[in-house]
Amino acid sequence: MLWDALPDALLLARIQFAFTVTFHFLFPAFTIGLASYLAVLEGLWLWTGRAAYLDIFRYWLKVFAVNFAMGVVSGIVLSYQFGTNWSVFADRTGPILGPLMGYEVLTAFFLEAGFLGVMLFGLGRVGKRLHFAATCLVAIGTLISGFWILSANSWMHTPAGYTIGPDGRFLPADWWAIVFNPSFPLRYLHTITGAYLTTAMIVGAVGAFHILRDRANERARIMFSMAMWMAATVAPAQAVFGDLQGLWALHHQPQKVAAMEGHWETQRGAPLILFGIPDMEREETRLKIEIPYLGSLILKHSLDGEVRGLKDFPPDQRPDNVPLVFWSFRIMVGIGCLMIALGAASLWLRWRGRLYDTSWFHKWAVAMGPSGLVAVTFGWITTEVGRQPYTVYGLMRTAESVSPIAAPAVAASLAAFVIVYFCVFGAGMWYLFRLVGKPPLPQEEGPRDDLPIRTAGITPAPSAQRTPARQPEPAE
Amino acid sequence: MSAETIATIWAFLIATSVFLYVCMDGFDLGVGILFPWIRGQEDRDVSVNTIAPVWDGNETWLVMGGAGLFAVFPLAYATILPALYMPIILMLLALIFRGVSFEMRFRAATKGQLLAWDRAFSWGSYAATLCQGVALGAFVQGIEVEERAYAGGWWDWLTPFSCLTAGALVIGYGLLGACWLVWKTEGELQDQARALARWLGVLTLVAIALVSAIMPFLLPEFRARWFAFPAILAALPVPVLVAFLGWRMFKALGETDGHPWRDGLPFLCAIGLFFLAYTGLGISMWPMIVPPELTIWDAAAPRDSQLFLLVGAAVLIPVILAYTAYVYWLFRGKVKHGEGYH
Repeated sequence: MLWDALPDALLLARIQFAFTVTFHFLFPAFTIGLASYLAVLEGLWLWTGRAAYLDIFRYWLKVFAVNFAMGVVSGIVLSYQFGTNWSVFADRTGPILGPLMGYEVLTAFFLEAGFLGVMLFGLGRVGKRLHFAATCLVAIGTLISGFWILSANSWMHTPAGYTIGPDGRFLPADWWAIVFNPSFPLRYLHTITGAYLTTAMIVGAVGAFHILRDRANERARIMFSMAMWMAATVAPAQAVFGDLQGLWALHHQPQKVAAMEGHWETQRGAPLILFGIPDMEREETRLKIEIPYLGSLILKHSLDGEVRGLKDFPPDQRPDNVPLVFWSFRIMVGIGCLMIALGAASLWLRWRGRLYDTSWFHKWAVAMGPSGLVAVTFGWITTEVGRQPYTVYGLMRTAESVSPIAAPAVAASLAAFVIVYFCVFGAGMWYLFRLVGKPPLPQEEGPRDDLPIRTAGITPAPSAQRTPARQPEPAE
Repeated sequence: MSAETIATIWAFLIATSVFLYVCMDGFDLGVGILFPWIRGQEDRDVSVNTIAPVWDGNETWLVMGGAGLFAVFPLAYATILPALYMPIILMLLALIFRGVSFEMRFRAATKGQLLAWDRAFSWGSYAATLCQGVALGAFVQGIEVEERAYAGGWWDWLTPFSCLTAGALVIGYGLLGACWLVWKTEGELQDQARALARWLGVLTLVAIALVSAIMPFLLPEFRARWFAFPAILAALPVPVLVAFLGWRMFKALGETDGHPWRDGLPFLCAIGLFFLAYTGLGISMWPMIVPPELTIWDAAAPRDSQLFLLVGAAVLIPVILAYTAYVYWLFRGKVKHGEGYH
């Protein structure tokens, strides 16, 4: 029977959650940064009165609308997946994680969804100041949303403030300890900073792309410059937050750090393994290239600090896919280093006055466009796969969290998710590329607030009319 | 407050969220349901424009229902969702198609693309509504629970009754959508919506009658509730109220003198019909949350969890309702051809 060839329901459910959550997070990773960027742009416009800021605001607002819609619909899926595929987990952790999710909806989801309409459609209706307030509320909403979601996620890594009831349920004992659980503050900082960098890379790439085509495009130059300031200042800070988070993880989840580092043996003066092939059967990392003592120096801040290896833990308490954790971590860190280099190069070029006419640099910035999305994805894979085999670290195993749903049902829904996500979000990406493929122009048209663009019926080719007539660039 | 009181308050709050969802997403799903019947691209654009600024907020009540259930009745969340696995997943997928097509159809590069997104919008609305209707029927019929987990099969949700409720919900949402368009549009589109509302109004009344007639025979608990002596007296005014609201709706649909309030009256009557049907359902179910096994008190999260979120909800839900009302007020009035949002 074909069904017998299916992987077991647990593995399918894990793949399904990994797929839907990874796909979903691509959108908020960009939305969080973009919402704040839009608020800054509109604020600058109101403050300076310079029309170019409004043009750039409108240019990115169109992108924001598409991206936000995709984030919302892929996020609704997640709020139900805990119940459909992880019902035992939902039953046992519901008393703690449920209220955190509830607060996310009450404080953020409604705020974003409510004022998004005003932000997209209301500039002509409510006036500048109130519209700016709506933009700020949406931006704040994205940050609050991240707060609660990251708090819930962090609790799964470093559970605190709970007791366990006779029926195995986690019961709240101290809400302050639950919300501000040990790994939460740094994880929140690291994630939001990652989202800002993701946005900076995308905005920078789009700016660079249009500078390459037309060096005099003032709006492209402004967005490029702003993005490079962000990269130059925030990428190094992100390295510090990442290092701090690694130290926390060493304290709370030593297995994960051992898997990230590829260390099997506990040793003093541990090396830093740059590359290698972690072999789970032989319990060693083969073909490794390492720098002596640096591992201890980074993790323990001393040359002969003791670093625990995976063999220190029983096999059933180790992450079940060490190579994935090991490599994901390296991809994230590698991209982070490239971002720092990009930011540093931008400072040097700026100082030399060549920021806008160094085409190799612009090409580099274009290539870095998706790097933020890749880095946050692999960062999440590192931390989430590194938490395995637990859902609630040390307390509840993934294998005991899953719903009593038969494998064929999980397989069918997984297939449906894959097909629909690739079709719908593929089409969405295509529109996003089309939007950012057009250069930012003076008198940039808003999504639909001050031109009768929503009446496709009056024109034979609906979108042809939506592109404003190209206007000559102002002489500079 | 005792744990029982808080759980009762939460049951009402969740029920209210679900009702708000049904009313608000009901009319915008309804617009999608009516899409194949709306002639002319221009009129289609206007009908989408009437809901474009608010659909996102409307759908958030669905997230509230899900997250709220997870937070305060985790056992209900953990048994209902596996039981309704397929309809829920299909609904989510349908909502994806529908949600993105709001943005995409206005960015379509060719006529072919526009048609494809129009279909995604309309078929997505149908599929989401059918799944919600099936889920409702299957939920009311009862869910098998053993040792804190769903114990039935993965096709249990498909029954003649759940198919009936699926059809009934498509008709009902269609009515809400048609009445919404009567309220928010004018001219030929409004005339079309009026005609559709009349048909759908008749069908809605038939569907309400059918479902109400079958309900008491689904579970002994429902029968006991409705056919016990004093309860049946309380139930008597309900058919009278349904008939009154139906009559008032048809009367208002016939008055075309363009008085701005009168155009909104059919919508209010349709909401009233939904409210009566929903209340009837609530009376049948009370105090079960997963019929027939679990009551709201069986499924409740511990008091501390419920209280923690209740404090926030008491402050935030009025605020949410206030700014939701503000956004609706901001986009008040008729949506005209060729106007977009000024």
